[in-house]
Amino acid sequence: MSPYVTTTYESICNHNYLWYKILQIRINKVIIFIIFIVFWAFPLICTQSVDYININDPFLRKIPIAVPYFKSIDEGSFSTQVSKNASKKLYDALDFTGYFKLIDHKAFIDDPTKRGMVAKEINFSNWTGIGAELLIIGGVKVNGDKVVMELKLFDTLKERMLVGKKYKGSIEDLRKIIHRFCGEVMFQLIGNRGIFGSKIAFVLANSGLKEIYICDFDGRDLKQFTNYNSISITPAWSSDGKWLAFTTFKEGKPDIFIKHLEKNRWAQIAKKGINISPAWVPGQFKLSASLSFSGDSEIYLLTGMGKIIKKLTIRRGIDVSPSWSPDGKKFAFVSRRSGSPQIYICNYQSGKIERLTYNGNYNQEPSWSPKGDKIAFTGMKEEKLDIYVIGIDGNELTQLTCDSGDNESPSWSPDGSLIVFSSTREGSSKICMMTAYGKNQRRLFYLPGEQSNPQWSPAVFR
Amino acid sequence: MSRKLLICLALILIIPGLLLTVSCAQKDLQVDFSKAEQERLAMDKDTERGFAGKQEILKAKESVASDRFLNEDIYFDYDKFILKKEFFSVLERKAEWLLNNPGVSVTIEGHCDERGTNAYNIALGNRRAESVKMFMIDLGIDPNRLKNNKLWRGTTC
Repeated sequence: MSPYVTTTYESICNHNYLWYKILQIRINKVIIFIIFIVFWAFPLICTQSVDYININDPFLRKIPIAVPYFKSIDEGSFSTQVSKNASKKLYDALDFTGYFKLIDHKAFIDDPTKRGMVAKEINFSNWTGIGAELLIIGGVKVNGDKVVMELKLFDTLKERMLVGKKYKGSIEDLRKIIHRFCGEVMFQLIGNRGIFGSKIAFVLANSGLKEIYICDFDGRDLKQFTNYNSISITPAWSSDGKWLAFTTFKEGKPDIFIKHLEKNRWAQIAKKGINISPAWVPGQFKLSASLSFSGDSEIYLLTGMGKIIKKLTIRRGIDVSPSWSPDGKKFAFVSRRSGSPQIYICNYQSGKIERLTYNGNYNQEPSWSPKGDKIAFTGMKEEKLDIYVIGIDGNELTQLTCDSGDNESPSWSPDGSLIVFSSTREGSSKICMMTAYGKNQRRLFYLPGEQSNPQWSPAVFR
Repeated sequence: MSRKLLICLALILIIPGLLLTVSCAQKDLQVDFSKAEQERLAMDKDTERGFAGKQEILKAKESVASDRFLNEDIYFDYDKFILKKEFFSVLERKAEWLLNNPGVSVTIEGHCDERGTNAYNIALGNRRAESVKMFMIDLGIDPNRLKNNKLWRGTTC
């Protein structure tokens, strides 16, 4: 090979190699540039519509929130005590929902009691630094037995206020005020008040008698509702949370009583035979119930004052326990028409009835989720009762309780995130609670005797 | 003087004598009477005892029948309200008792066991009571005598 050729070849190769190298550097630069843009732009694009809580599976990731002690505007010890108490109540209330991961006070590196309450006075990096994505600060001013409370919810990443409220009330309404604010927080995050403002009605058995009691969603503030010295069961809340319908034996046989919670107003359904299991139609002053005056237990639609509007089921066989869909277009109920108690769904407009449950030979007490997509019910397998959840199309049957006594009477929270039910896992029947996915099963409160038939009210602030 | 004295003496002797004899006679009569009474009473007592005996036997029989009427229960199969053939005779006996005691009204109580849920159990218990009621009416018992509205006690329905 002549050296000339070689040199040319080499120079050509070198030349090509050089071009190749330049191209490579250019490509690398472009790639780096693109990555750089994406890295910075992507979060900017995303933050325009962020979901704080994934409502499809809210417990998949709990949102970290910090709730430091509230600032007491006067420096008095009583005032400080009240403000500390208030922040503790807020902490407990948010913890109860199961949506949040409450950051331990020990991890805090900032003290809002020493700062102002506006965004520009808050050092948000002190909060994001400990992992908090949300922050609630409060200011409390006590005046005798009255209190003025200012509460604010901040997004620590975006460094802006999401909810700011000021409340005035008496100190004994502290819990109510906190819950009202929590309702606002939930509204901001999930579009509804969650469980705040809701109550639970249930049956308490004592010396052979059964009366209906009402408590707050967290089991506190217990009050007796019926006092008939008889047996009163199956409570059902109206949509506005102002009326309670229930089955009572106070006149000697099962009749339905409809009673206003505060005013002295009532009505009754006392036809011959048995009148049982009332269920209100969402958004209307109407209810459905199982009445047997025709000789067979059928489900009827009635006004809130107990007047029959329409007969809803026809087929012979026991029909009981209706539960309406949140849009009021359908209702689920229990029927023995196929030979064993199973759950059916009836379309109110068309009257068409379809069977929902096929598993086992004992499925009862349907409770339609306020989200509209699922129905919780009591099912029996090998003589044990457990809570199941099924899609309204009959798919995705899931057993939520297992190997823990008899579990029955499920009732959904108003936001469809929690289920209250009764369980004999600790011996006698008690009221328990769990998430919609069966997690975190725990007892709601500690009362002697037997408690059953829990029913969760809508979230209403009275 | 002596005549007067004689009359007085006579009176003194005769009248008490009369009185005494009369009373004696009465006594005798009384004795007779009381004996008769006693005999009669004795007879009555026997009859009474006999009668009482019969009454007691009757009462005993009745009480057995009443007890049976009240305490013989009808059992149903799990989740069923159809009367089982083996209980037909029990109900027939109950119907017979009711026919023999026309003044009595009864309440039929329908029960279920602890398993299962409130509303359905009330409906089932009611259907069971209805089944019994229909059977009794077919045997000739006046429906007005049969009430089947029951008071549900405790945890069992």
